[in-house]
Amino acid sequence: MSKGETVREKIGFGALLTATLLVVIPVAAIVVLIVVKGWGALSWEFLFSMPRNGMRAGGIFPAIVGTVYLVFISLAFALPIGVLAAIYLSEYARDNALTRIINLAIINLAGVSSVVFGLFGLSLFVVFLKFGVSIISGALTLGIMTLPVIITTTREALRAVPASYREVSFSLGASRWQTVRHAVLPRALSGILTGAILSVGRVAGETAPILFTVAAFYLPNLPKGLSDQAMALPYHLYVITTQIPGIPEHFRYGTALVLIGFVLAMNIIATVIRAKAGKKK
Amino acid sequence: MKIPSRRFREFLIERIIFLSGIASVVFVALIFLFLLREGVAVLKTTSLGSFLGGRFWYPISTPAKLGILPLILGSLLVTGGAVIIAVPLGIAAAFYIAEVVPKRLRMILKSFVEVLSAIPSVVLGFLGITILVPFLKNVLHLPTGLTALSGSIMLAFMALPTIISISEDAINAVPREYKDGALALGATHWQTLYRVVIHGALPGIIAAAMLGIGRVFGETMAVMMVTGNAAVIPHSLFEPVRTLTATIAAEMGEAAKGSPHFYALFAIGIVLFVISFAINLTADLLLNRNRKQ
Repeated sequence: MSKGETVREKIGFGALLTATLLVVIPVAAIVVLIVVKGWGALSWEFLFSMPRNGMRAGGIFPAIVGTVYLVFISLAFALPIGVLAAIYLSEYARDNALTRIINLAIINLAGVSSVVFGLFGLSLFVVFLKFGVSIISGALTLGIMTLPVIITTTREALRAVPASYREVSFSLGASRWQTVRHAVLPRALSGILTGAILSVGRVAGETAPILFTVAAFYLPNLPKGLSDQAMALPYHLYVITTQIPGIPEHFRYGTALVLIGFVLAMNIIATVIRAKAGKKK
Repeated sequence: MKIPSRRFREFLIERIIFLSGIASVVFVALIFLFLLREGVAVLKTTSLGSFLGGRFWYPISTPAKLGILPLILGSLLVTGGAVIIAVPLGIAAAFYIAEVVPKRLRMILKSFVEVLSAIPSVVLGFLGITILVPFLKNVLHLPTGLTALSGSIMLAFMALPTIISISEDAINAVPREYKDGALALGATHWQTLYRVVIHGALPGIIAAAMLGIGRVFGETMAVMMVTGNAAVIPHSLFEPVRTLTATIAAEMGEAAKGSPHFYALFAIGIVLFVISFAINLTADLLLNRNRKQ
């Protein structure tokens, strides 16, 4: 190995290291900054009381409640469809044109701009189906948006189940559905759970799809049912950042901290479940 | 009687499974149809040419001028800036993570990338407006920090996780023998990387860059918060711009249902949908070609 090549290698690896640091350091800085600046805002009152004084005082409780509603209802809609779709693709589908079209549709669904989902939700749920600007419109929009996440993680979990499980089940005379139900699904549960939790984190942080389908600037009361509008954490952060002057800075950081804390907690839980399942095998 | 009823139940369940299987196709079709339903009406007030190529976006003047050229150029400028930052950075980081660092450190670095992909765009937009925008204003002595450049920097960060993770997969998929062969012939680790591995991984890396671009082009909240939203044809990265996505998000609330403005916003949605479809289709073809080899 010539000396020039050694020097070149050092320079090359140095450049790669620099690029990596340019990615990693800002990520760490973002998280630390939000935690440090937002920590002071967190209090019982901030988390569990209504906003007061044009949202310049009080808490963010209605935004938290709205986000919890949206997360659970969108999951209740998307999880069954997503898991069944993954079962179809992994256990039933043959390698034919229809399967290729389905895969293409999933990829495109994952790539559609979030604001286009908002337009779609407005046009189909709010206007055409007359659900109005409501929790159900927003949750269905978010549910469709999160389908690709659930389908792809579940499909991977199903494919990771060794073929021998299926062969044994078939050889005992079980039907295809019995095989899926009793031999395959139980072994893919942790993977399915991972996908569900990841999609919860994603749904909680999305703003653009809920802009025209559910989100309210400010509501004096908590939503009473699925046909009510709701406030939501990400939209609330947008509102207090850009629409209202004179909001104390620690309020904004506090809201950002609650949002990012929830999203990252979901990701950590998903990672832990995945790591544990990986060890068992 | 027990056996037929079980058979019937299974038949029913398998029908439901099939319907769920094709649900994604149905939803993609529904999205396109419902965008068309509202968006095509824009052609009643303006021709396709003057919609796509019109230089003025004055949606609430009478008569409304609905030319989206400034918005298309705004999106292209912001996206272009982001690509110049994120593509080299992302590919370099992917090589470092996949090929250079020891395994334990690799997991830590990858978790940073995962955290970045999980941060909601509205949070990045909030930090952009609170920290990045004043910083750029002061450092570059600009009249405002709400510029295309701010948008490009934010978007670069949002594209990085996509670019890094897909490039890394492509690098890992390069057969071991290629590397071993190069090293056995006396090449340094670095020569192996940039003469051998990069060629094997190239289609995947291009797909990674394209999917990153797709992500950036469709991004809405962060870009709306930091780019200043001036709907004029931009001349440099240091001016306020408005993107296609930000226009929809910012104006749909005010557009009266059934007005030309309302239809035009849906027509912008069609443009975004078609572009993301084209990008994802191409990237998928590249990735599949890679897999088949």
